[in-house]
Amino acid sequence: MVTKKEIKQSFFIALWFIVLTFPIMVIKINTIKHTVLFRWGNILWVGIAGFGASLVWNYFLRMKEEKKKTGVKDDIPVVHRLLQNEKFRNPFLAAVGVFFLAYPFIFPMYHTSIMITALVYVMLGLGLNIVVGLAGLLDLGYVAFYAVGAYAYALLNLHYGLSFWVVLPISAMLGAICGTMLGYPVLKLKGDYLAIVTLGFGEIIRIILENWDSFSNGPRGIPNIPAPSFFGYQFEQHASVVYIYFIVIALVLLTIFFVNRLENSRIGRAWIALRDDEIACQAMGIDKVKTKLTAFALGATWAALGGVVFAAKTSYINPMSFTIWESITILCVVVIGGMGSAIGVIAGALVLILVPEYLRAMAEYRMLVFGALQVIVMVFKPEGLIKSVRKTYKFEKVKE
Amino acid sequence: MEPILNVKNLTMNFGGLKALDNVNIAVEKGQIAALIGPNGAGKTTFFNCITGIYEPSEGHVEITPPGKPTQRLNGLKTNIVAEKGLARTFQNIRLFEGMTVLENVMIGRHCRLKSGIISAMLRPSAQKDEEQKAVSDSYRILEKIGLDKYVNEMAVNLPYGAQRRLEIARALATDPFLLLLDEPAAGMNPQETKELDELIIWLRDNEDLSILLIEHDMKLVMSLSDNIHVVDYGRKIAEGTPREVKSNSDVIKAYLGDDSEDA
Repeated sequence: MVTKKEIKQSFFIALWFIVLTFPIMVIKINTIKHTVLFRWGNILWVGIAGFGASLVWNYFLRMKEEKKKTGVKDDIPVVHRLLQNEKFRNPFLAAVGVFFLAYPFIFPMYHTSIMITALVYVMLGLGLNIVVGLAGLLDLGYVAFYAVGAYAYALLNLHYGLSFWVVLPISAMLGAICGTMLGYPVLKLKGDYLAIVTLGFGEIIRIILENWDSFSNGPRGIPNIPAPSFFGYQFEQHASVVYIYFIVIALVLLTIFFVNRLENSRIGRAWIALRDDEIACQAMGIDKVKTKLTAFALGATWAALGGVVFAAKTSYINPMSFTIWESITILCVVVIGGMGSAIGVIAGALVLILVPEYLRAMAEYRMLVFGALQVIVMVFKPEGLIKSVRKTYKFEKVKE
Repeated sequence: MEPILNVKNLTMNFGGLKALDNVNIAVEKGQIAALIGPNGAGKTTFFNCITGIYEPSEGHVEITPPGKPTQRLNGLKTNIVAEKGLARTFQNIRLFEGMTVLENVMIGRHCRLKSGIISAMLRPSAQKDEEQKAVSDSYRILEKIGLDKYVNEMAVNLPYGAQRRLEIARALATDPFLLLLDEPAAGMNPQETKELDELIIWLRDNEDLSILLIEHDMKLVMSLSDNIHVVDYGRKIAEGTPREVKSNSDVIKAYLGDDSEDA
């Protein structure tokens, strides 16, 4: 089982961890009393934890290798198998549907509010999944389109009194236009270079919002954004949250519906071809420019829609909601969930947004946990929590 | 009759390097033509020039598709060239790894389909029919090439020889009149090469295709080709039937070296 070499390796790893964490785990400086406390006992705990973690890590790595050797090629994720099985498909979907329909009536408002946030991230994740997962364009400035949507609603409402329902399609269009505007200059870039430029673009939008005072009210933000109305009827606060919850559910369903169709269409296949091999894709008659721009535009559309919902839900927005960390969180949702896999992204969004909300006590360690999770997923499940599975077709043999 | 591909005085410069120097090559309809030459002679550069991956420095690339007027291809984008009916395969296999075999072929159908974003999302009946037709057309191509048993496999999981054939299937799906094959037999075993030989002849006879291929397997080239063009150091040094090329002294010199200079 555990080889001598592994024990030796784990021993050195534990030793290294002791050295590494010495300044924070052992030394404690009290700046008021001017004393330095050495907590030597911690060395033992760090050593044991490091040793144990290393052994476990090695064990799982070996399991993975062995699994690869035995050659189980068709490891289709459980969820996909459930959905493909006619018998389970409908009850499974019904159960999920009932859960989400009943959710705001079972749980208190606080939980509904958190669920709205998570569902907005599902939309954002599915949108970014088009750009990153399907078309393979690493976009680190995705939050800019989220901001476009949120500010579109806030400003159009402030100046022209336009309602949520009017702004929704307008912001979708604005998002698509902005996506194309970003896409055009970066057509020739890919990989790291594209990531850097889009990162810059995201920051530009935020800095504009922060500094163009007369336009966006600067860092003070825009307050009193009205919640959506129901044919002119404005709900009181509690009902309003439930109402927004159902709007988001509808939007998420719409997103899933469209994204699913796009994925298995002419245009969706072109995105994947572009991701897999740019030259071969062009040699097969696919217009690279058009394909890239549609990916950027469609991805941005859903971000803008998410932004409108976000503004309506929080009723106050300022540029601080649209920092680079948002982009990274959405990217984490896509990568950890499973690039190119809609179900994976949904699962990723729910896990990555809901878990930290309920572990408020550990909020400070959120980025640490994200980082650790990224490493673990990349090592053990490089295709994400639920990997994408391509559509299969059935054929009848034509007898000649 | 006009040749379906007529390349005149094609020159390609990379900085100071002349990768192609005044190359003239014409391919007649229904012909299997071969482009041979030692490594680094400029064969793949030639393919890249006519398919729009490179823009040639000088010269003309003209096509005359069956039943259509003569057109110039210089400076057109790669995807437009493919749309005009020139399909190619690649020397090092370039399949779409994240897709199934069928989807790879369906990518080839892309430029013959019309549906856009809106119709993909709303899926009207015209789009459904088109999609259904694309699926069955692609499947028929796989049947012809003999890959139908792999239809739902991921392309990357296919055996090597099958991957090479899938490249040809994908190229066929673009409805070409001229097929450009870049070393289709590279890395194949004798059995696979023999099957490829049969496939290429079958394609010419039954699919109304003309074929231009780059190949190093001389046995294959000599048995297949109607006409062989030989390039060396970017210049065309010979052209003719397999028999003529075999006995051409310049060709022998290019492949085996020149005794007189060394002496």
